[in-house]
Amino acid sequence: MRQSLTIDRTTSGRKHVAEGAIKLLLLASAAIAVLVTVGIVFSLIVESVRFFSEVSVFDFLFGMEWNPQTAMRSDQVGSSGAFGAVPLFVGTFLISLLALSVACPFGVFSAIYLAEYAGERRRAIIKPILEIIAGVPTVVYGFFAALVIAPALRGFGATIGLDVASESALAAGLVMGVMIIPLISSISDDVITAVPSTLREGSLGLGATESETIRRVVLPAALPGIAGGIMLAASRAIGETMIVVMAAGLTANLTFNPLEAVTTVTVQIVMLLTGDQEFDSAKTLAAFALGLALFIITLILNIGGNWVVNRNREVYD
Amino acid sequence: MTDHPLSKAALPGLAARYRAESRFKNYGKIAVIFSLAFLSFLIVGIGFKGVGAFVKTEVRLEVSQELIAEYGDDSFTLLRKTVLYNFPDAKGRSGRKAAYNMVAAGAEETLAEKLSMMEGSPSKFDLWLPTSDDVDIARKDGLTEEVLNRFPEVQRAWLISLDKQERFRTRFNVGFLTNGDSRDAERAGIGGALMGSIFTLLVCLVFSFTIGILAAIYLEEFAPKNKFTTFLEININNLATVPSIIFGLLGLAVFLNVFGMPRSSSLAGGMVLALMTLPTIIISSRVSLQAVPPSIKEAALGIGASHVQAVFHHALPLALPGMLTGTILGMSRALGETAPLMMIGMVAFIADAPTSFTDPASALPVQVFLWSDSPERAFAEKTAGAILVLLVFLVLMNLTAIILRKRLEKKW
Repeated sequence: MRQSLTIDRTTSGRKHVAEGAIKLLLLASAAIAVLVTVGIVFSLIVESVRFFSEVSVFDFLFGMEWNPQTAMRSDQVGSSGAFGAVPLFVGTFLISLLALSVACPFGVFSAIYLAEYAGERRRAIIKPILEIIAGVPTVVYGFFAALVIAPALRGFGATIGLDVASESALAAGLVMGVMIIPLISSISDDVITAVPSTLREGSLGLGATESETIRRVVLPAALPGIAGGIMLAASRAIGETMIVVMAAGLTANLTFNPLEAVTTVTVQIVMLLTGDQEFDSAKTLAAFALGLALFIITLILNIGGNWVVNRNREVYD
Repeated sequence: MTDHPLSKAALPGLAARYRAESRFKNYGKIAVIFSLAFLSFLIVGIGFKGVGAFVKTEVRLEVSQELIAEYGDDSFTLLRKTVLYNFPDAKGRSGRKAAYNMVAAGAEETLAEKLSMMEGSPSKFDLWLPTSDDVDIARKDGLTEEVLNRFPEVQRAWLISLDKQERFRTRFNVGFLTNGDSRDAERAGIGGALMGSIFTLLVCLVFSFTIGILAAIYLEEFAPKNKFTTFLEININNLATVPSIIFGLLGLAVFLNVFGMPRSSSLAGGMVLALMTLPTIIISSRVSLQAVPPSIKEAALGIGASHVQAVFHHALPLALPGMLTGTILGMSRALGETAPLMMIGMVAFIADAPTSFTDPASALPVQVFLWSDSPERAFAEKTAGAILVLLVFLVLMNLTAIILRKRLEKKW
């Protein structure tokens, strides 16, 4: 009896050590997620600081010309290149705006239809199909935009006498807009369904039609949440890479005309890093500075969007 | 006599309000139909364009024993002589070149293979050889006047006569699925990219599945409620929305430049994708752990199991199907991801399939990107074909996830 008890104690002691080790392993795994964030922030900042020792922050943020040429020889004329990122920011903004102007109306109206009008069965069929749109790889959309949409827009422009660039911002923006429809519609759907039915019933009881109820009661109540969803969608659009790499332009062009070719931050990161070059040139370091800008902008949009969506959810809980 | 208070006359504008109602409802329908129409347009369009990549055109040529006797040990010269033998009106340099351009680059391999397998020596025999991509595309487009005008005069006549003599046939293009990348469209295949994607996803799976599940167990079962835990959670949720290209930059700066991993390797690519899918897997794994009723764990604890035992022996097995579903969905996202792989150099032209995790590799979506850039018409077909293969894999993975969820789902 006594013997068995002592054996028990030693095994349980060993078990204790093993369990401690397991718990430590679990903690370490969770900490890797933090390590990734630290790695992202650290590597972006370190390389950006090296870039900004060669090009001033002011020139980068407010410069109007983007022409990242590094010279073969140091005595070459114009060896420094121009690293003014304003044309890239404008291009990114323009394409994202085009994408949102497609995705917002279609996304919100889809959500209204699904949440308020469609019956259970239709909803169960349509929702997963909409999700497929979000699941198609972006390289496929890029191919589609470059091969089908861009030539079609160009042809259409020619028939009505408009000169549309073959890599117009419009083609990339339209296709990107379709890609983010499901994102907006699923968040809006959640927010609209979360509006308490008592509000709806009150309005209907007073004699309003369904659409009047939606427009005057449901949508105003859901608007903050929908706005949050749009912020998250904007962040997706700004960070999207493949569609713009394949369908938008490669050279920087400071314009707000959607029919012309513009380039974006992500396109330039890809352009700067996919050639064969030394890692230390200003050209490759510039990609990290652009990456840092992209990271900060999308982070702000994401945190803001999530905050708005969650706050709106709590109001009615 | 007065109108009834609810009659149309007493409610002016009611008809207009009803019209507004149906208009509003139609906006919603139109929005949904637009999305569905776009999706079907996309899939059908790419499907039509890509189906051709899976078949190839072959042409029947006559091989004579005299030529074999003379050039038998040099299949390349033998092929050229055979082509000229079949197109006797190919005169001059340009004529000969036009004749050579009828068959695919690499057709001599088919010829050599046939010769090595042949028994006896007939004075002449027929052989089906793959055609060049130009001829292949022209035949798929239909040999109309407009299509024929793409060819020089002499080839036009050959195409018409070969077609009349039924010396063309269509065969399944095995090479498209097994070959590596090539500068020649008729030889280019997705085999190498497919292997690269498999290697990359394997690396991604090993890292993201183990780390993701362990992290989820910690956060759900062991983490104390304190500021550090809250910080961890916010952190993971934000990581899930970081643009994928940023993960590529991280991979380039840390995996390649600090750890010195081989450039373009599936090891580096898989690890970058693992970091990217990690948040998705952690979040979905936590949800499936939450779904396990606490009573099961409490029962285990009640009969003397330790906390670790209760979680690993009882909660984890029940949550595992849900975790697998989440992991498969994460993997399907990783399979379609292109931008981060480009950052670590997986965009190079790589002809051979990788044989180890450190070999330079390509991946399916990257191959799509590379081919989409080629001006040759044949590559547009290949691109669409590669997209179809990619979509088939995505559908299979998602179906597996859905079936797994349905089959293993437990209602408590």
